[in-house]
Amino acid sequence: METWSTNHQKELTARLLVRVKSLAAAIAGKLGRRPVIMEVCGTHTVALARTGLRSLLAGCIDLRSGPGCPVCVTAPEEIDYMLCLARQPGVIIATFGDMVRVPGSSGSLEKARIEGCQIQVCYSPREAVTLARSNPDREVVFLGIGFETTAPAVGLAVKEAAALSLKNFSIYSAHKLVPPALATLAADPDLKLDGLLLPGHVSAILGRRAFTFLAREYNLPAAIAGFDALDILGALLELLLQIQKGEAQVNNAYPRVVSETGNHKAQEILREVFSLAPANWRGLGLIPLSGLKLNTAYEAFDASHRWRLELKPAPPPAGCLCGSVLKGLCLPPQCALFGRRCTPLRPVGPCMVSSEGSCAAYYRYAREAG
Amino acid sequence: MTDCGSITGTVSLAHGDGGELTHRLISDLFLRYFRDEALQPLNDAALLPAQCGLLALTTDSFVVKPLFFPGGNIGTLAVNGTVNDLAVSGARPLYLTVGLILEEGLPLPVLEEVIAALAAAASEAGVAIVAGDTKVVERGHGDQIYINTTGLGLVAGNIDLGCHRVRPGDVIICSGAVGDHGLAVLAARENFGLEGLKSDCAALHTLILPLLENFPGAVKWLRDPTRGGLATTIKELALSAQVDIILSEEAIPVHDSVRGGAEILGLDYLYLANEGKFCAVVDRVAAEDVLAFLRRHPLSCEAALVGEIKEGSGRAFLRTALGATRELYLLSGQQLPRIC
Ligand code: SF4
Repeated sequence: METWSTNHQKELTARLLVRVKSLAAAIAGKLGRRPVIMEVCGTHTVALARTGLRSLLAGCIDLRSGPGCPVCVTAPEEIDYMLCLARQPGVIIATFGDMVRVPGSSGSLEKARIEGCQIQVCYSPREAVTLARSNPDREVVFLGIGFETTAPAVGLAVKEAAALSLKNFSIYSAHKLVPPALATLAADPDLKLDGLLLPGHVSAILGRRAFTFLAREYNLPAAIAGFDALDILGALLELLLQIQKGEAQVNNAYPRVVSETGNHKAQEILREVFSLAPANWRGLGLIPLSGLKLNTAYEAFDASHRWRLELKPAPPPAGCLCGSVLKGLCLPPQCALFGRRCTPLRPVGPCMVSSEGSCAAYYRYAREAG
Repeated sequence: MTDCGSITGTVSLAHGDGGELTHRLISDLFLRYFRDEALQPLNDAALLPAQCGLLALTTDSFVVKPLFFPGGNIGTLAVNGTVNDLAVSGARPLYLTVGLILEEGLPLPVLEEVIAALAAAASEAGVAIVAGDTKVVERGHGDQIYINTTGLGLVAGNIDLGCHRVRPGDVIICSGAVGDHGLAVLAARENFGLEGLKSDCAALHTLILPLLENFPGAVKWLRDPTRGGLATTIKELALSAQVDIILSEEAIPVHDSVRGGAEILGLDYLYLANEGKFCAVVDRVAAEDVLAFLRRHPLSCEAALVGEIKEGSGRAFLRTALGATRELYLLSGQQLPRIC
């Protein structure tokens, strides 16, 4: 049913769209090219495609997708480690569903399940704790994938396992932190970003202040955005206004959810359970202090301590441009495998698997874009 | 003597071996709920009177998890799913067969609840359960209950539905809000704590048969958008009729609980399954009358004109609320809820 508010919202969105387009055109005139804006959140990537915003803005803004999907940024060697864990006798792997189909150098978890390995899809890390309790004679390993948004829930699961003195539960922490990755992108001379659309969910945990270094140290305009068309357009407008004025700030265009200093309780859990560690990102390489490993107090729940597996570094799948896609250096349809050898049913790279992956979003919503 | 109280205990392998326990299961449970005459003699085959007209025959297997979800259960689904496959073919559903594959250890009261729901759905839909079969598999080799139903129906001579009748200029009507079933089942399975979700599971022939009677010729094609949802169904139609189809996002009915829930989980409601809705291609001239007719029926009070058929080559598009156009495709792999 149409209500006053939906009508009002529609009108507002249409007006914002006109403003964003004309401002972007003015900037393009000045720069001699379209302004380059990166969205660093998989949910934004999907929302831009689903609402049609990406195609509406195609002529005015050069929108690039960044490393905003936790599954996609998981490095090939981390995937191989997970596969190797799955093949250890007596192990049950508990994981989010997206991970099951990501290919590593010796197949995927899905393939491992067909071989007879036990892979259990969970929707919350605490389910994995329950799984460990009901399988006392097995080792349950939860695959900890995700950013600041998921890590606190994994932290809680670890605390719960510790409180229960569970001996057969551990996590493999492949968590990644968003701000260090953004610093890497901001410093990349090949990228020439004019602005960053910051992730609403991660910002809700970290708070606006955690991103101010982007403006301060890299002179890069940024705006935190929510997830509907109105939210995204509002944030884009703020970004474009900054770019036009030649300013660099970090705007909070999602104040109904994101505060200045974020969610203290979640931050507290992160500090208590994890400490910072270097992390290997697909596409971006090794970034210092951009990952989370379990604190010494919780080391007993660290799967990488329990299974010290020697693995050779894994090359990315041949022909896959996931690395460049994640850095915003190319768009998914520019990969020669896109839609041909690589589809959601037979993915070559993780960007085609995850519901948040850029390649999957393009495949689902704009297959002919390239 | 038949025990009239509730049945207790669990399913064991002996319930499927054709011996005494099988016999008791049939007499104590199935025959208490399945009361059709054609079934009672328990012959090897049901003997049914020959009918004139075209026979419609369809079969489907149901493996839903969890067995019970808001708005229905595997039993209601097994009846309505097959009845709807007949109904959208223009058939009056007459008979059903029920094949059960049970997992050893299944509590008998759970089985009873499913059987009762199945029998109630069949009697509500006016179809007779005339034959059946039960097998039991070892624990761990099945997921509690699988049900196969085969349905037999009769198509009146003047009914001609199919993509061969679809022409540019025709319109698409959707009988109600989309995505309810898919999201309700997912939410019940994974315990996402989403509120207000309920499967739309229902038998549609009481709606479809009068529709076809009242608008002979004007309704050209019918389909129930189950797996793959509205988007996949429309894309399939575009491909098989070799036309282009444009849907309007704003016209597609969707409940707020589904829109919101799908957004939280990162799912596209256009690709979520439905179990009590149909899409129809209708002659544009009759569209308003068809809509008015549908909106008078409780199962289709939210019916809407959602799109139109254009000359083309098998592509389907969605015009978004922002005025952009994006292409729709067949569902490619299962939709997975997002992590972050
Ligand atoms: S299309 Fe496939 S192979 Fe190419 S970058 Fe995307 S995921 Fe990698």
